[in-house]
Formats: sequence, structure tokens, C-alpha cells
Amino acid sequence: MSSRPAPQIGFSFEYMMWIFTRLSGLAMFLLSFIGFAGAFWLGARMYLTNNSFVDIGALARWTFFPNPNHVVNTNIPDVAVGWANAWWQIMQITILFLGATHGLNGLRVVIEDYIDRSWLRTLLRGLIFLLWIFVMLFGIYVIQAS
Amino acid sequence: MALKRNVGLKGLKYRGGGPMLAWALHRISGLAMVLFVGMHIVASFVMQQFGSDWATNLNIVYESTYFQLIIIFLVYFHAINGMRIIILDFWPKLLEYQREVTWLQWMLLIPMYGLTAMVMMLIKLGGE
Repeated sequence: MSSRPAPQIGFSFEYMMWIFTRLSGLAMFLLSFIGFAGAFWLGARMYLTNNSFVDIGALARWTFFPNPNHVVNTNIPDVAVGWANAWWQIMQITILFLGATHGLNGLRVVIEDYIDRSWLRTLLRGLIFLLWIFVMLFGIYVIQAS
Repeated sequence: MALKRNVGLKGLKYRGGGPMLAWALHRISGLAMVLFVGMHIVASFVMQQFGSDWATNLNIVYESTYFQLIIIFLVYFHAINGMRIIILDFWPKLLEYQREVTWLQWMLLIPMYGLTAMVMMLIKLGGE
């Protein structure tokens, strides 16, 4: 069995993305714990289904993308007051950047393991880059507009 | 040089063992999450701006318990397996034990996911 070898240490694109994938993975652990703790702090502890359990779907929406619109279905009072501030906006933009870059770079790595024709590879790289720009712009718009 | 390397369709063939299964599942779960999050961002944007039916319906699917059960499995697996990859990459001496660690990660994942899934199904079956 052969796995994709780790790139040589240096200022190459491959190495930068390799180290970014690992560091952003760790950072997303940290950010999810912050979102998770923030969800309980800002009211999830009081939002119980059947008076017994926290709604896990709602908790996950808070944990991974703490946006007022993202939690609007959970009927927490004062959602906007708790979540629409600079701290959570910075958290959202950070997790959006890390998630989108980590994910779309992963898509690139998988594609490039199966496609070796250089022009097709370049084309797909360009498409993924455009997709990344698109997701970042739309995500930041959603964050700022809510 | 990683770029020159081409796995080809042979790379998709299952050659046995827990690590191969973890490798394949890591890729599948990663791609599935990219697809899900991408579609979810687009659907939410369209829903917010134009209130179109397909976007609303898509987000209703995303909110259903059964869909969440699948996506939570993928997230848990990707997170735990990713943590294993990070630890083994940063401390390559541990690579000697990678087969054991791959089993250990399932021993972590199964109770974690089982507990989450149980609570979600209790909520679902208990009514809103």
C-alpha cells in the first residue's frame, strides 16, 4: 500500500498546503470547541427538546458556524444580541476561511491523484480556485449581512 | 515530488486492512463534506436572497435527523482520523503503531458516534 508521500520541507506550494491542511485541522478543532462552548454559554443549555436533551443538530449549527441566521430555527430569544457581534463574526470568517481552504485543497489533492494530463489538471486547479473565491465571497457576504 | 505522481484507477481498488479503509473513508467523507457545505452555502444564500423553493427544500433535507446522522458520522470520522494523521505526521516514530492506532480510532469513534446518534434518535422518536 502506498499513500501520498509528504512533500519536501521548503517554500513550495505543495508543502505550504500540506502544512496548512494539518494546522487548519488542529485550528478547526479549537474553533469548534469555542463554538460549542459559546453555544452552551449563549443559551443552548436552556434549549432542551422534551425537557431532557439539547438539540444536537442545532448545537452542530452553532458549533461549526456561529451565525445568527444559522441558529434562527431554534427559537432562542435574543439570538442577534448574543451572536451578531465582532467576536463571532471574526470566528465565522476564520472558520469559513480554514474550512473552505482545507476542503477545496483536499478536493484538489484527490483530483490530482487521479488526473495526470497537465492541461486538464491546470483547468481543474483554476476551477477550484474560482470556486474557493466564490465560496469565500458568498460566505463573507452572508456573515456580514446577518 | 507529489505532483508527478498518479495513482490511477488502481488506487481505488481495495487492498484490505483497516488503514486502507480509513484512507478511503477519509477521502470520501472529506469530499462529501465539501459537497454538503458548498451546496448548503449556495442554498442558504439563494434562500435568503430570493426565497426560492428548491433552496428551501434542500435546507429542509439538511435539517432532517437522518441526514444529520450521516453528516455527523462523516464529521466525527474525518475529525478523529485527521487527528491521527496529524499526530503520526508530526511524530513519525509512532508510524510503527499505525495499524493499532487505526483500530484505536474506531474504538473512540464508535462510542462517540453511538452516544450522539442515540440522543438524536431519542429526540426524533420522542417527538418535537
